Amino acid sequence: MIHARNLPFVTTLAIFIIAYGLCVLQFPNMLSTRVIGNLLTDNAFLGIAAVGMTFVILSGGIDLSVGSVIAFTSVFVAVMVGSFGVHPLTAFLAALVISTLFGCLMGAMIRYLMIPPFVVTLAGMFLARGAAYLVSTQSVPITHEFIDTMLGFYIRFPGGGRLTLLAMVMLIVFAVGIVVASRTRFGANVYAIGGNLQSAELMGVPVGATTIRIYALSGFLSGLAGIVYTLYTSSGYSLATVGVELDAIAAVVIGGTLLTGGVGLVAGTFIGILLQGLIQTYIVFDGTLSSWWTKIVIGILLFVFIVLQRTIIWYSDRRLAERQLKEV
Amino acid sequence: MTWFTRRLRRLAPQLAALAIILGIISLIAPGFLTISVQNGRLYGSLIDILVRAAPVALLTVGMTLVIATRGIDLSIGAVIAICGAVAATLITDGYPLPVVIAVSLGVGIVCGLWNGILVAVLDIQPIIATLILMVAGRGIAQLITEGVILTFNDDTFAALGSGALAGIPIPIYLWVGTALIIGLLMRRTALGFLIEATGINRRAASLAGVRARFLLFSAYAISGLCAAIAGMIVTADIRGADANNAGLWLELDAILAVVVGGTSLNGGRFSITASLIGALIIQSINTGILVSGFPPEFNLIIKAGIIIVVLTLQSPAIITLFGFIKASRRSDKLNHGTKEATR
Amino acid sequence: MSAPHALLEARGIGKSFFGISALEDVDFTLEQGEIHALLGENGAGKSTLIKILTGVYRRDRGTIYLEGNEVSPDDVAAAQALGIGTVYQEVNLLENLTVAENLFLGRQPRRFGMIDRHTMRDRSKALLARYGLDIDVDALLSSYSVAIRQIIAIARAVDLSGKVLVLDEPTASLDANEVKGLFTVLRQLREEGVGIVIITHFLDQVYEIANRVTVLRNGRLVGSRAISELPRLDLISMMLGRELQHITRDHQAEPETIDDRGAPSIQFQNYGKKGSVAPFDLDIRPGEVVGIAGLLGSGRSETAFLLFGIDRADSGTATIDGEQVNITSPEAAIVNRFGFCPEERKTDGIVGDLSVADNIVLALQARRGWMRPISSSAKRELADSFIKSLDIRPADRERPIKFLSGGNQQKAILARWLVTEPRLLILDEPTRGIDIGAHAEILKMIERLCSEGMSLIVISSELEELTAVAHRVIVLSDRRHVAELSGRQLTTDGIIRAIAGTGETEAA
Repeated sequence: MIHARNLPFVTTLAIFIIAYGLCVLQFPNMLSTRVIGNLLTDNAFLGIAAVGMTFVILSGGIDLSVGSVIAFTSVFVAVMVGSFGVHPLTAFLAALVISTLFGCLMGAMIRYLMIPPFVVTLAGMFLARGAAYLVSTQSVPITHEFIDTMLGFYIRFPGGGRLTLLAMVMLIVFAVGIVVASRTRFGANVYAIGGNLQSAELMGVPVGATTIRIYALSGFLSGLAGIVYTLYTSSGYSLATVGVELDAIAAVVIGGTLLTGGVGLVAGTFIGILLQGLIQTYIVFDGTLSSWWTKIVIGILLFVFIVLQRTIIWYSDRRLAERQLKEV
Repeated sequence: MTWFTRRLRRLAPQLAALAIILGIISLIAPGFLTISVQNGRLYGSLIDILVRAAPVALLTVGMTLVIATRGIDLSIGAVIAICGAVAATLITDGYPLPVVIAVSLGVGIVCGLWNGILVAVLDIQPIIATLILMVAGRGIAQLITEGVILTFNDDTFAALGSGALAGIPIPIYLWVGTALIIGLLMRRTALGFLIEATGINRRAASLAGVRARFLLFSAYAISGLCAAIAGMIVTADIRGADANNAGLWLELDAILAVVVGGTSLNGGRFSITASLIGALIIQSINTGILVSGFPPEFNLIIKAGIIIVVLTLQSPAIITLFGFIKASRRSDKLNHGTKEATR
Repeated sequence: MSAPHALLEARGIGKSFFGISALEDVDFTLEQGEIHALLGENGAGKSTLIKILTGVYRRDRGTIYLEGNEVSPDDVAAAQALGIGTVYQEVNLLENLTVAENLFLGRQPRRFGMIDRHTMRDRSKALLARYGLDIDVDALLSSYSVAIRQIIAIARAVDLSGKVLVLDEPTASLDANEVKGLFTVLRQLREEGVGIVIITHFLDQVYEIANRVTVLRNGRLVGSRAISELPRLDLISMMLGRELQHITRDHQAEPETIDDRGAPSIQFQNYGKKGSVAPFDLDIRPGEVVGIAGLLGSGRSETAFLLFGIDRADSGTATIDGEQVNITSPEAAIVNRFGFCPEERKTDGIVGDLSVADNIVLALQARRGWMRPISSSAKRELADSFIKSLDIRPADRERPIKFLSGGNQQKAILARWLVTEPRLLILDEPTRGIDIGAHAEILKMIERLCSEGMSLIVISSELEELTAVAHRVIVLSDRRHVAELSGRQLTTDGIIRAIAGTGETEAA
């Protein structure tokens, strides 16, 4: 039985399969493992960030700082490794600690100063971007043996495609994210807070600690996404990844998560990412379509899904009302 | 309490913040406060602030109304790009200026009405509803300009961005004029009052006969209209439409300006004047950092720092703390008052 | 039966909020295996006391003992761990989670650190079976009725805490059958030795289920007595602190029924909406108070929604002074000079951040349209005159209405409609949640308004109140208008008989 709350996810999945099928009919090459491998690698950093965003949105919040934190991490890692000769692993660790603490701080402001998440993370967005500019305004190339080894590591699919380390990291993050959301107390608390903050508090959910953890998680995953992005582009640039938070939010919503919180699946976000990747891949294959169609199509998809969610809520409300009527 | 002192009290924190920031900058950069006249036009950092603030100030006017209805409009940056693209296209196609302006304004209003439909009719959360146009809008703008920066050479239209009238740059007229007209529209009619009622409690307002949908529509339409004017200024200023960068993140500046201006994101009571002072504060910081000789890299981080301080001071937690201290004092006074009265 | 220590004992509890005392030197004792009703008017301090016992608030003074040991629950979780569980009236469980997830939130059975869904499902089933509930625990909570959710909440609280169960207005939105079911559960828990504290304002239910009552008034303890030795009148005077004033309209002096009170000015014919209220006829004469009675869910508020255009009627016609009108929205109703004071004052009535004056002129301004603003001097005059005539306190028109007490808010909402000079004013539960003084004033106001020629419809669940103010009472049951009582037939007993469907006056 499909729960009404999972309907958006099922719809996304169906749309993705149909869309992919149509693409393959037109360009049979799109079925190749090469294309799939590239799709995963190209969207690895976005996917990782979107997992964090899923948790934030499930809790009824939003995190606008994601793109800036990615840029900060990437330029920070690049400068540490490139200019100061720090070992990449040390730089990665430092970057993750900073981004996680940054998320903690935002969570604490949201919880204890009672400022809306939208505003706090907006300030965080400026702060992280500003910090990135301070580190460097240049595009900093990064070369290191260790990084080359990492980039050289991949699993070969039959058919010539490669599952790169970056794609693997994303898949692992999604797998862990799915388990955390559905199988841990932290995950249950996230859904509870997103469902109704007051009730959750009265039911003994540690709202403060959970809120801080949610934003810390988003900060951590943004940092990880920044590292992946650095590896992907082999450089760090403070002006990069502007607006990635919007792509992440779009992926979450298209994946069936309610922006009001409390309902949604991490797996849905994965499909959302794939769908966005598919649109880009199609435009590349087509060759005559211009890149801006990506934005327009994503906008249309957003519209469709938001209206769909609205309809489901209306429908289930009405059904409940009817049932209560019958009971009376 | 007279009307004037009440106004002053409402605006005092914002005015004080603006004065402090201007004071600090003038200490660091001595020539900051001087205004000179060259070729019959005013020049100086203060004038520069007023000119540069035009786009954000315009957006702030519309955003204040939208936020007062308990909404938010994320799409206005993209609407700037769309309207700029429309204006530039029409100019290069040789349409007369009135047509260009009318069509651009019309497109802005249509964008606002689209948001209004999603929010008022389909009952979609404003932040989500306007996200759609925010994402798709730049794509649409690029569609119009066909992906290039569309430049034009029309001095009359360019004057909207860089011209001056009686020594004062035209963008200043535009934003001050728009703010005045909309401000008067709000406060000389009952529109402002009804918008506040809708923003605080839409259901109660509707049950009292307030036509909430119409008010939501008008708020978003005005927001779109303001974005269209801002879009024309931005386009006229650089004599070209840049679909990718025109108005980029300006909606966030406008939201900050409203928040700094003290209007709650939870809707309700609003002050366009306070929001505009908020916009001037933000622009003063931008310009101030430049003239103070800080490297531009510092720009964002200083701005973020100041904003975080302002937000913290205005946060519900802190306000509740102070509010309760004040309220308990006042209630003491009141209790005394009623006791005396009953005696 | 007396244990060495009481189950839960509170001594000298005091609490004030920013200098205003909410609770002063209150003692409270709960024995094992008893149902203890906590009673008092609104603002008596019931919920403050409960919130202190359950860890939501911290007390300023006093000590709490649980089974003889001093305890100090600092938050909800701590109170739960000690054994004190609470079921709140509205903010309860989480609708977006499944039943099982709700039951085990925060204490999910785990295996290798992961939530063990199988065990959770089995244990949920077993847990609910104790309460005679056999439902799909993997379905969303939102798919079940309020009554079932209430039982689930109780099951959770008892399983979680097990010693003390606190119920805040548990029966407020249940029908008679559901209340019966709930009481069966409570009796069973009492047998098992759980101490139950119940807050309710239904005195019948207190006498049906409670062993003891504790009454609070104005933040102080009035007394604590066994219910068996407390006659109802004594209980009421404990709660009110004064004799009830009888302002009953004397229907006994009237003829058997009254049909002829002049020509009706407003007529609804065959008016109804599918799934909401069955089609009904309703005539209202000038200067007449029509009461509407019925149980919760009988369609009484729905009738008001229909009359005021909040819900759209799908059958029937409305006529005013012989002319047919369409009432399809509140705006249309207001144009026809209707007014409506909703039951949910906080969410549907007041506009909290606006001043009293703004709230008073809101409906008038809405009717005039945005282009014809009310001048600030006219607004001041209107507000001041109504603040004076309705005795709204504090008499400060600029104060945000959210800072006023419930009774004064209600008066301001009344003023909002009176400035529009309505021909018909619909009052849904006008005296709910209002202190006794304002209560009497509002009833007097209703009398005055109808003597001035205004028509009123009063919906109330307090039958004494209805018989006191109404000329005529329409009785609803099962979303149908089942009877109309007037004259000597109009008694509380008559209404109850009509609701129960045994009235000989039916189809009069």
